[in-house]
Amino acid sequence: MSGLSSAPIPELRADDHVRGPADAPLVIVYADFECPYCAAAEIRLRAARLRIAFRHFPVRSSHPRAWPAACAAEAAALQGLFWEMHDLLFGDQGRLEDPHLWARARTLGLDLERFDADRRSPPVAARIRDDFESGVRGGVVTTPTLVANGALHAGEIDVRSLEGVGAGSG
Amino acid sequence: MSEPSTDGPITAGAPAPEFTLMREDGTEFTRADLEGNTTVLVFYPFAFSPVCSDQIGLYEEVLSDFLAKRGATMYGVSCDARWSQTAFREKLGVTSIPQLSDFEPKGAACRAFGVYHPGGFPQRALVIVGPDAVVRWSYQAPSPADLPGANLIFDGLDATAAGSARA
Repeated sequence: MSGLSSAPIPELRADDHVRGPADAPLVIVYADFECPYCAAAEIRLRAARLRIAFRHFPVRSSHPRAWPAACAAEAAALQGLFWEMHDLLFGDQGRLEDPHLWARARTLGLDLERFDADRRSPPVAARIRDDFESGVRGGVVTTPTLVANGALHAGEIDVRSLEGVGAGSG
Repeated sequence: MSEPSTDGPITAGAPAPEFTLMREDGTEFTRADLEGNTTVLVFYPFAFSPVCSDQIGLYEEVLSDFLAKRGATMYGVSCDARWSQTAFREKLGVTSIPQLSDFEPKGAACRAFGVYHPGGFPQRALVIVGPDAVVRWSYQAPSPADLPGANLIFDGLDATAAGSARA
């Protein structure tokens, strides 16, 4: 009835951003580019043998630049460089103002005008909102929240157990 | 009237109890203020505890869906002094969830709603009260460390709407 009532976390979608070995256990990460715990988790996830799907979960009240950063990542995705922007955003969370986002786009060799138009476009906003709402409906409350085999893991990340349990999901 | 139960929150169908909370501006918020609107009361243990911060910030993020689509008003309730609550809300950057203080006599309203933790603070609980001041739905987290997702509030509002449709 209402848009945000409970629903299971969606399984891997065609438009999800995914990286990692195809045969590695799948973990869906709900995260926010301004969240320091997400950046810390990202370092540990990158070192693990996991297939990672990234979904946006920006909460504006605590992280005012999380939303623009998410838009920048989606705009980069439209030029095929989501993960490159993702890594640059998590790599320096102290610089998330617009000029810093443009600088990253330049570093990646993106078409800057297109990047700037895309990051402010309604489809990009809708994409992020969809990710966010899928998390809310699935019970995500905080970031980062990892989803493996339909189970939510928030707080301290146990990479080894994720490497063991994720297989077969999605 | 018997003492409110201490082993769980007030349940759907019960009239909201008489209570007095204090708004951030120092004026009283009582049972009469529940009438005419659907009200979501978010009981949380302490201002400034990191867990509450995530919860209230997330609820703020989805609040447009409450207000625009569901006609419900949300309040945060704790036993902190109103000054602390305001500082907490402002620190979170939350503008749309007014705070209500159960500071003196401490926990009296929380006890009336059945959500007072023996440790001297509110349980992490959600209570939805209909425009007739009758409780429509309630939820208490298994422990104060568990954050109720915003989805639960929408489930509760759906149940409320279904109940009204049947009535």
